[in-house]
Amino acid sequence: MKSPEPHPSGAEAPAPFLTLTDVRKAYSGVQALSGLSMQVSRGEVIGLVGENGAGKSTLMKILGGVIAPDGGKIGIDGVAHDALSVADSMGAGIAFVHQELNLFDNLDVAGNVFIGREPLSWGWMRFVDRGAQRAKVAPLLERLGANFKPDTPVSSLSLAQQQMVEIAKALSVEARLVILDEPTSSLPLAETEKLLNVIAGLKAEGIAVIFISHRLHEIERAADRVIALRDGKLAGTLDKAEISHDRMVKLMIGRDLKARTGGPKVAPGKVRLSARAVQTTTYPLRPVSLDLREREILGLAGLVGAGRTELARALFGIDPILGGRLEIDGTPVALSSAADAVARGIFLVPEDRKGAGVLLGLPIVENISLPNLKAHARRFLVSQRMEAATAEIQRTNLAIKTPTLTTLASSLSGGNQQKVVLAKWLAMEPKVIIMDEPTRGIDVGTKVEIYRLMRELADAGVAVLMISSDMEEVIGVSDRIAVMHEGAISGILEREQFSEENVLLLAVGKTANLAGTA
Amino acid sequence: MTKKDFGLLILILAVGVVVTILNPRFLLPINLSNTSNLVGMFGLSAIGQAFVIITGGIELSVGSMIGLVGLLFVDFVATRGVPWPLAVVLMLALAVVVGLVHGLLITKLKLQPFIVTLCGLLFYRGIARFYTQDATAGFGFGQDFPALDWLTTGKIHGVPITFIALLVVAFVMWFVLHRSVFGRHLYAVGKNEEAARFSGIRTDRIIIWAYVICQVLTAIAAIYFAMYTRSISPSSQGNFYELYAIAAAVLGGCSLFGGEGSLIGVVLGVVLLQELQNLVNLLGIPSSLNYAVMGGVILIGVILDQQLGRFQARRRAAELARRGAEAA
Repeated sequence: MKSPEPHPSGAEAPAPFLTLTDVRKAYSGVQALSGLSMQVSRGEVIGLVGENGAGKSTLMKILGGVIAPDGGKIGIDGVAHDALSVADSMGAGIAFVHQELNLFDNLDVAGNVFIGREPLSWGWMRFVDRGAQRAKVAPLLERLGANFKPDTPVSSLSLAQQQMVEIAKALSVEARLVILDEPTSSLPLAETEKLLNVIAGLKAEGIAVIFISHRLHEIERAADRVIALRDGKLAGTLDKAEISHDRMVKLMIGRDLKARTGGPKVAPGKVRLSARAVQTTTYPLRPVSLDLREREILGLAGLVGAGRTELARALFGIDPILGGRLEIDGTPVALSSAADAVARGIFLVPEDRKGAGVLLGLPIVENISLPNLKAHARRFLVSQRMEAATAEIQRTNLAIKTPTLTTLASSLSGGNQQKVVLAKWLAMEPKVIIMDEPTRGIDVGTKVEIYRLMRELADAGVAVLMISSDMEEVIGVSDRIAVMHEGAISGILEREQFSEENVLLLAVGKTANLAGTA
Repeated sequence: MTKKDFGLLILILAVGVVVTILNPRFLLPINLSNTSNLVGMFGLSAIGQAFVIITGGIELSVGSMIGLVGLLFVDFVATRGVPWPLAVVLMLALAVVVGLVHGLLITKLKLQPFIVTLCGLLFYRGIARFYTQDATAGFGFGQDFPALDWLTTGKIHGVPITFIALLVVAFVMWFVLHRSVFGRHLYAVGKNEEAARFSGIRTDRIIIWAYVICQVLTAIAAIYFAMYTRSISPSSQGNFYELYAIAAAVLGGCSLFGGEGSLIGVVLGVVLLQELQNLVNLLGIPSSLNYAVMGGVILIGVILDQQLGRFQARRRAAELARRGAEAA
């Protein structure tokens, strides 16, 4: 394992294709990248790993020319730049294949590969020369070993095939560095195999590849070198011989844990919400069983895309449950809408705060009373006095910072908007509260307030399910941690088993060698 | 009354003053009575339209339904001898069914409101024309329904019953829209359907209700229109009336994106539209320019309103920035 210093460029090798030196980037005070240095040589496959928020996306945006770093140098072919423009990046042959595919369903493969740069014919008529387009794409597909043709409609391709189209697009601009961002996260295993073969093919042609993935065993197989990021810094690199699952995990975490917030005052009680082999629409083949007890905070960890939000939506009645059943206090329930869930005291604080949490165009007071308007109405008419009284109680309770309660929610800070979402549920009688990334994008002070509030709720008998990608938060706040991997619960950790390593092991689907009780 | 509504009222009064100066006949009781009769009828359908627009939808079949319902009503009462109260009940039932179907298609099959109601516009017009083979339906000579006549075309102290009906409906609907639980849910759905659903509101139900309310108010308007024109040509009765309703709702502050608008604003929007029609007649502007005047005025109104909104937003932002700078 190498210490976090630049990879020594061997004298035998020519100048590396890409050299980053001390690249820094901060977003409104938060250091996303703090002094990153790394190199990528021609024909090298780099596995780039790091937890959510380690700085991978920032790095990608800098390489793509979308954002400019605050400092440092980006060297391409030995020429140093302060920042790249999108044109620089494309001109240097850096091509991206994103997790979300950017293909046009209504075009064929060749049309997608040449979108925006179609070969033209008929002079001033500027017709698309479809023949030339197909003729140019055919050899690319051959190089990739694709089993489809240039004139196949994209809508009839599988996900892996569509990814190949994206790679063909990269090759068609003579890419010299292909960056694959979580290319396998949505692929089934057999398809993943094909993609790994394509990566090997690119390498053989002398094209450098940066392969970003949470699936460490794929990196183990594909990468010549692993670069691990942590907190915006280079955590270390691993050469081919050193790459192992455990070493990658060690590099990705390995920061001291902050002190835990106080544990529960009383031991958890009986099971409040029980999911029995629940099948969600996203992962219908991976049934989830989970018990949520009163007076506990159950952390739900996992990598992005592991199916946590989908589970939350199913438990809240937003998405249908395809199989299995839900029990509340031992009685089976069927939830056909969020209204059903709310009526049973199951509340959700959604991940998408501005889209699904608050109604930005409504005043705070109307946001708070919205789910429970009937209780604030005499016959059919809403009593504004009753509404104001409820909102006032919640403002004091949650310390919502606002000049007046008739202020529109849109003019509040993120933390206070989140408090408004919480307030509307606390004003009712929660039995189960599901919080999906409750502190994402919220300042530290408010975070602590939200943690304390969750603990108070749990102590009052509420069952709290907290979905979080923040390792510190998961370990510091939860009483138990359930970890999801590809749609299923890969393990549940009790307090004495809490460690970042254990959570991460379960998150990447390794259930075997959990580090013992600490 | 919001600031916007107040602005609209001022505009109505200003136009009224100018028209009166140019042609004092504007204030003649007969003119005011005629105009308020039209305001009453168009107002009912505009209020219905507003409910739909507040959910972020649109109801384009209003004009065709005014034709179909009017035709069926007159045919039932005048030709088939159906007692008129029963005919009214049947027409309202038809409206409920149509609204329900539109609402279900939009919420359960997730079709776009524009498409569903555009198909409705074509479909109901076609049915109306087929029903009488394009023949006009009307009352025979000497046919007399005193109670019905009084309830539809009558006047109380010179004030048309239609206008009084509008005032009653507007009064009730003001409470529904601005004070009831349903009204709150309606605005919430229009502002952000996703967040409303995540707050436990049965958004589908709210949207379906909006279409039902729209069709019922439209059917009432349709009966008034039918009794006003007395002979119904199935191919032209109610043509374009959905656009008057939409125009009035937009003038009254509704946003086609949903979540905005006030009942008073919508009623004032109708008043302004009819005032403009009246202006064209009274000022001797060629009546062929009628639509052009209306279109032009609506456009100018919307532009002014939007520019004013942007100006205010900029001023607020500048104010906040100034306060921020002081605090720093």
